[in-house]
Amino acid sequence: MRMSGAQALVKSLQNEGVEVVFGYPGGVALPIFDALFEVESPRTILVRHEQAAVHAADGYARVTGKPCAVIVTSGPGATNTITGIANAFMDSIPLVVFTAQVATHVIGTDAFQESDMTGITIPITKHNYLVKRTEDLPEVIKEAYHIASTGRPGPVLIDVPVDVSKGEIDYVYPENVNLPGYKPTFKGHTKQIKQAAALIAKARKPLLYAGGGVLASGAWKELKELAELMQLPIVTTLMGKGAFPEDHHLYIGMPGMHGAKYTNYSITETDLLIAVGVRFDDRVTGKLATFASKSKVIHIDIDPAEIGKNKAPDVPIVGDAAHVLSAIVSELRKMSAEPRTDAWMRVIDDWRARYPLHYHNPDGVLMPQYVVERIRELTKDRPTVITTEVGQNQMWSCQYTHIREPRTWVSSGGLGTMGFGLPAAMGAQLGRPEHLVIDIAGDGSIQMNIQELATAKINHIPVKIVILNNGVLGMVHQWQELFYGGRFASSILDQDVPDFVKLAEAYGCLGLRVRTPEELDAALLQAFEYDGPVIVDCRVPATENVYPMVAPGGSIDEMLGGIPGGPVSEMLDDDSLLEEVWE
Amino acid sequence: MPHTLSVLVENKPGVLMRVASLFARRGFNIDSLAVGVTEDPTLSRMTIVVAAEDTPLEQVTKQLHKLINVIKVQDLDPKEMTDRELVLFKVNAPPERRHEIIEIANVFRAKIVDVGKQSLTIEATGTGDKLLAMEDLLRAYGIKELARTGKIALARGSKDA
Ligand SMILES: Cc1ncc(C[n+]2csc(CCOP(=O)(O)OP(=O)(O)O)c2C)c(N)n1
Ligand SMILES: [Mg+2]
Repeated sequence: MRMSGAQALVKSLQNEGVEVVFGYPGGVALPIFDALFEVESPRTILVRHEQAAVHAADGYARVTGKPCAVIVTSGPGATNTITGIANAFMDSIPLVVFTAQVATHVIGTDAFQESDMTGITIPITKHNYLVKRTEDLPEVIKEAYHIASTGRPGPVLIDVPVDVSKGEIDYVYPENVNLPGYKPTFKGHTKQIKQAAALIAKARKPLLYAGGGVLASGAWKELKELAELMQLPIVTTLMGKGAFPEDHHLYIGMPGMHGAKYTNYSITETDLLIAVGVRFDDRVTGKLATFASKSKVIHIDIDPAEIGKNKAPDVPIVGDAAHVLSAIVSELRKMSAEPRTDAWMRVIDDWRARYPLHYHNPDGVLMPQYVVERIRELTKDRPTVITTEVGQNQMWSCQYTHIREPRTWVSSGGLGTMGFGLPAAMGAQLGRPEHLVIDIAGDGSIQMNIQELATAKINHIPVKIVILNNGVLGMVHQWQELFYGGRFASSILDQDVPDFVKLAEAYGCLGLRVRTPEELDAALLQAFEYDGPVIVDCRVPATENVYPMVAPGGSIDEMLGGIPGGPVSEMLDDDSLLEEVWE
Repeated sequence: MPHTLSVLVENKPGVLMRVASLFARRGFNIDSLAVGVTEDPTLSRMTIVVAAEDTPLEQVTKQLHKLINVIKVQDLDPKEMTDRELVLFKVNAPPERRHEIIEIANVFRAKIVDVGKQSLTIEATGTGDKLLAMEDLLRAYGIKELARTGKIALARGSKDA
């Protein structure tokens, strides 16, 4: 069929099953927006800032596992997407960003609103394209969606000059991609899978360490099967939250800088760390030399470059998590392997009892951790997606939520992007219309993309924003208190500015204020029932810190705050645990 | 330790930039880089010389592999490769000393490719050591300008079929 490049672009989105486009128009993007105007699907959501468009697409991908599309204009529209793209790249989230570009014949002349998008985004995209001929568009789009969503997922950018979207072609969508340099390893190596199974069968103190790769692969069923078969305790990273039900007995928390003491102690003490879809990030490992230093390491990842990058494994397995885990499970079944972790679980439970997460909850004071706990309790029986901003609010959300369903936790991991939570919540809500979507926010972060309240309101995206309003850039404030002699340089905000209730109202949303623990439940329930976006402004003390805490660069078993005491447990003296399993 | 990487890439615009930017981003300094199209016009071969320890280099080669346009990466074993570089020297050459310089060129099986009133331009190919030795000798006469292609290399026959 004869059509314009812009129509071909839209048709290709339809062929890829794209249901939503987050976008913002401008001069050279107009042909594309005009083509979108003609179609029912994909639905176009006009955001209020291009960064938010990318975060929304990112949130959508995190809850659905599918890439949608972002379409923006050239120059400033395109450069506004950078933070969003970098964020998705760090967290391996599949998405495709279309940036309009000036006409091919003026590229390189510093034309009005020209910026070199493929150049700028080389280090923060999985791949990118500058399309020079209209007839290349369908193939490029086909490749882009393939690359974004296979292997280790990531963002792909397509730069589309205006003459390319205006040009005409006979439209054919390719069936297959031809990418000789791109062949992700899917199946794990049999010999290594056997080795892994043998180690797991023998280990006395094994520990599963699961990350975002499990969610990307859709491997939560296989993960649970392995954990239950061998009764393996499991930690999930910030990116892996939801990969394993957090109310399960074998679940022992999120490791790292703000992990619970029992979580970090388990890593220090384990004799076999089974790492799945993780990258040994410094926020998890602290000082690498002492991280799981008594342990053999199995590392499963689809990206060969992650294996051995930070910690050299004893058994490296390159492959898709679901495939590798199920191969390990069938190997263990063939061996009739039996769980050996009774004594080890007793140690962990003993630590769990001695060193639980805790906070002071004085009468009449609304504590941020309490807010998160109440969100957890009040949403127990309803499908819920939690998104977060960045800072203390994010860490308390990690600590005090119990995510039970995969892909219902949406948080900016590798980049730590303030302003992510609200637009990501909008994307998540569009991806999961039946879920209650809550953005647990900080008063600083929420102001970075607050303009999206308009998008949420106008498009009937009923996200609930619960602000832990402490009047400070809390995480910065905490570091200044602990490591900068209490000099609070540029970290003091003002709880009353802006007035978040009036701000919500200005956008036609519901605004609620909570000052005491007594008022909290009613306000949260009202927000959850309300048919539209809501801000709940929770006034919490500025002085509260996130504990326990590993000092930057410190060993993860040396933690500030929390219940005093080291990794003590008499249960560790169990004879079976003193046995040397590795020669 | 200098490593010689032989990287087969798709012959498309922007590929050089992707490769170069990856080295820069991971903190590696490229000593030399030579690119040219191969027997298959859709493919180019880059020969990259980079000084690095084995472990960080392994990280870079794995990252290189991940570039969509990169098809194959080999870290060539110095004992199992053939490598060459071409250098052009423009040397101060007053008529009375020309003879000596031509002599040197002959010893190194280099060619005189341009003759000026006060200079000679010499084309030399060889391995790094040979070219360095030649450069050392020519320095005595004053090298006015020098250009080199950077090393190109292929794995020896037995290994790569
Ligand atoms: C875009 C961006 N700028 C700066 C930072 C550094 N930073 C990390 S946490 C934080 C404070 C966040 O404040 P707020 O949103 O109020 O959250 P709180 O820690 O108070 O819960 C800052 C400034 C960041 N992560 N992202
Ligand atoms: Mg704050």
